[in-house]
Amino acid sequence: MTTSTYLARKDVLLILLFAALIMALLPLALDPFRLNLVGKYLTYGFVAIGLVICWGDAGILSLGQGIFFGLGGYCMAMFLKLEASSVGATKIQSTPGIPDFMDWNQITALPWFWRPFHSLTFALVAVPMVPALLAFVIGVAMFKRRVGGTYFAIITQAIAAILTILIIGQQGYTGGVNGITDLRTMKGWDIRSDHAKLVLYFANAILLVASLLIAQFVRRSKLGRILVAMREREDRVRFSGYDVAAFKIFAFCFAAALAGIGGAMFTLQVGFMSPSFVGIVPSIEMVIFCAVGGRTSLLGAVYGALAVNWAKTTFSEDLPQLWLFAMGTLFIAVVVVFPNGLAGLYRDHIAPRLGRFLRPQLRLAPTGDGRKQGATR
Amino acid sequence: MTAETNFLLAVEGLSVSFDGFKAVDDLSFYVDQNEIRVIIGPNGAGKTTVLDLICGRTRASAGSVTFRGHELTRLPEHEIVRAGVGRKFQTPSIYEDLSVFENLEISFPRGRSVFGALAFRRDYLVRERVQDVAGMVFLDGMLGERAENLSHGQKQWLEIGMLLVQNPLLLMLDEPVAGMSVSERKKTAELLHRIIRDRAVLVIEHDMGFVADIAHRVTVLHQGKVISEGSLAHVKADPKVVEVYLGH
Amino acid sequence: MLMGYSLADLGAIFAMQGFAGLVLFSVFVLMALGLAVIFGQMGVINMAHGEFMILGAYVTFLISKLFAAFLPGAFAIYFFLAIVLAFIVAGALGMAIEWLLIRHLYRRPLDTLLATWGLSLILQQVYRSIFGAREVGVELPNWMMGSLHMTESIEIPINGLIVMAITTLITAAVYYLIFRAPWGRQVRAVMQNRAMAGAVGIDAGRVDRLTFALGCGIAGVAGSAFTMIGSTSPTAGQLYIVDTFLVVVFGGAQSLIGTIASAFTISQARSTMEFFLSGSMAQVVVLLLVVGILMLRPQGLFVLKLRR
Repeated sequence: MTTSTYLARKDVLLILLFAALIMALLPLALDPFRLNLVGKYLTYGFVAIGLVICWGDAGILSLGQGIFFGLGGYCMAMFLKLEASSVGATKIQSTPGIPDFMDWNQITALPWFWRPFHSLTFALVAVPMVPALLAFVIGVAMFKRRVGGTYFAIITQAIAAILTILIIGQQGYTGGVNGITDLRTMKGWDIRSDHAKLVLYFANAILLVASLLIAQFVRRSKLGRILVAMREREDRVRFSGYDVAAFKIFAFCFAAALAGIGGAMFTLQVGFMSPSFVGIVPSIEMVIFCAVGGRTSLLGAVYGALAVNWAKTTFSEDLPQLWLFAMGTLFIAVVVVFPNGLAGLYRDHIAPRLGRFLRPQLRLAPTGDGRKQGATR
Repeated sequence: MTAETNFLLAVEGLSVSFDGFKAVDDLSFYVDQNEIRVIIGPNGAGKTTVLDLICGRTRASAGSVTFRGHELTRLPEHEIVRAGVGRKFQTPSIYEDLSVFENLEISFPRGRSVFGALAFRRDYLVRERVQDVAGMVFLDGMLGERAENLSHGQKQWLEIGMLLVQNPLLLMLDEPVAGMSVSERKKTAELLHRIIRDRAVLVIEHDMGFVADIAHRVTVLHQGKVISEGSLAHVKADPKVVEVYLGH
Repeated sequence: MLMGYSLADLGAIFAMQGFAGLVLFSVFVLMALGLAVIFGQMGVINMAHGEFMILGAYVTFLISKLFAAFLPGAFAIYFFLAIVLAFIVAGALGMAIEWLLIRHLYRRPLDTLLATWGLSLILQQVYRSIFGAREVGVELPNWMMGSLHMTESIEIPINGLIVMAITTLITAAVYYLIFRAPWGRQVRAVMQNRAMAGAVGIDAGRVDRLTFALGCGIAGVAGSAFTMIGSTSPTAGQLYIVDTFLVVVFGGAQSLIGTIASAFTISQARSTMEFFLSGSMAQVVVLLLVVGILMLRPQGLFVLKLRR
């Protein structure tokens, strides 16, 4: 099929363009401080990619992506915190060798679930796996019983609320409302230096582009078509011999694992993790990044994460009282006026004009092509 | 009661109630290999519910459904499909956004697990099967067309084609000719007779002309019970059937 | 004895704790009722429900200030006027929102959720701009601050009794409207088959608008009642929205009895747990139980087996 190879090539081209933007253009154009900010925004790109698969394609709206972002971030933070809490560094504590906030809360031994995080390998495996496992448990419980749509959204939101309350309430084990702070080194490498930040920025960018390519592969496989088919005609897919629940669980776990990676990269670049990235509000903001960019476009969603976060920083610096108005209006506008987000605007208004401009080179492509892509995506 | 294994499908003592209302009540019937069986009955007789019970969409409160000697009532839907039962819905249920080819391809019985679907490749076996089936359901020239652009009758055929790609041993069709023109109905009847080799078809239909064209045997349902069964001529002459259709 | 309390002490504690649970229960029912009308009858998820509640609370706050400033003689009864106004103001806003926003989204429930979340952000900022970010408390007339002495150690606060009375009244009214009056039949008819309801002469748009307004109005009353037991801040609504949704979902969205029973279960469980655990852990345990039960029984506690 010439059509699909052409499309694949175009999509990959756009991804490469994005890679050039974040790996060449932005690092050259921005000062280290701003670049670090962009790095932080890009960590939400992982969440957005997951949401495109899970929400845009499969139609499962999770209002709990903050849970997974947070879990990934906490897994990373726990490792870094343990490294920062060596016996030597904490000898003034009444129990040396445990994180400072535990000592403040009269805890005298490292809790069992903290112990494995002495190992970097364990932490790196846990970053995607812990979120995916929780998503798996939730997914099995919900999807096997055919719970979906708004119910699922509410339940995930409730779980986000529970986790936040739990983290804040159990401050001896979690660092409470302040989170896990004062992270310094990874295997002796100081993550706070400008040089380290630059390295981490590029690591993050490479991981993000890799995630984009993997997600692109998933969407172009038969699995991707089944997810979309399931969203439209769940019963038809089921009665074509597919275990619909298994596909939903996969989509949800995939999104959770990506969000976890995003969270870990966030912790590394920002230097702490706290419950304020876990709860209901951040979770729903993640959905809006994705919606603004375009819930059915991988790149759109990532650009959305960049744009909304950049706007948030700008607004909250200059006009904090306007931020909620702007955000609220954005929510409503994205739903009512442009449900396909920035990607939809690009597709409907910019791409056709670009196409007309580039027509001579593109004559070879079948004519039905643009329309087909528009409708299936 | 044990099902005799020479039946393709044996439904015995099947019951289900909604909210105290017995939609299907102690129902039994048997379908042979190579048989076209039509279920008729007035509205609300429980015809669609019977199909739902067989394919697992609704869970029976009592009774058994035995298919080639295997009990179906406890299996999840996709396992029932994989056992060889295909189901077409009353209103055409196809993927409007996908092409006819892709619609048929999704039903191809390979790569049905999550990771199988990830690894699925469109090889010549798939193309060949899709081509064959498209020919059978009168859609060979339209493989590249978006399913949305098909006529109503063609959509019905496409859904039947999606079942055929699965290669089921039992096809269950809920009003397959609803909304079709007379000539389309004729073609559909021919299609059913052609595909009946190596399988059985269970059809719900109201259109008596079409029933006469296809039915080997007819089962008449009323208030969730079988009130008559046999050839079309036999059930038409049955006073109980006449009473149900003309009485009250 | 248990943790060193005497039997009489324990009895009194349980009685008072039980009453506190009953008051919490009443507020839950009030909050959930509006949502049960909107979500249960219309299938619309209104994430701004908490903000409609807060609107009722701010209306009550304003009325109390107005009475204190201009009609101090009638201050004792301002509350009743405040409740009525809270209903009207929240209901009117609800009607406007339905007309402007919700009615375009009936076929996209998940998008409704996002849009109403946006609305809730805007409303929060409006409250913050007008009333400031700090919590405000409503001054109650003296007679409502007192309590009834049942025994030497058991006291029943009057404001709690009033909350319960309002709840009973509103519940009865909703029950009548939705399940006894012809209007409720119209609401259900529109929900189940819009085209058909239109064909038999029901103005579906009007029914939707009024149903939504009713739900929002009840939220306003809930907010008004809430001022008697807690203070109000621009973001207070968000704190309750998850609880409220869980109450409604847990009870089975279409069932009024279910909503009441689940509000009872959740509030009693929480106030009992709070005695043994810290407040936040009690909340976690109760929420976890609710979510766990919902995973096992997603249709809620009180839903009949439906024909699909």
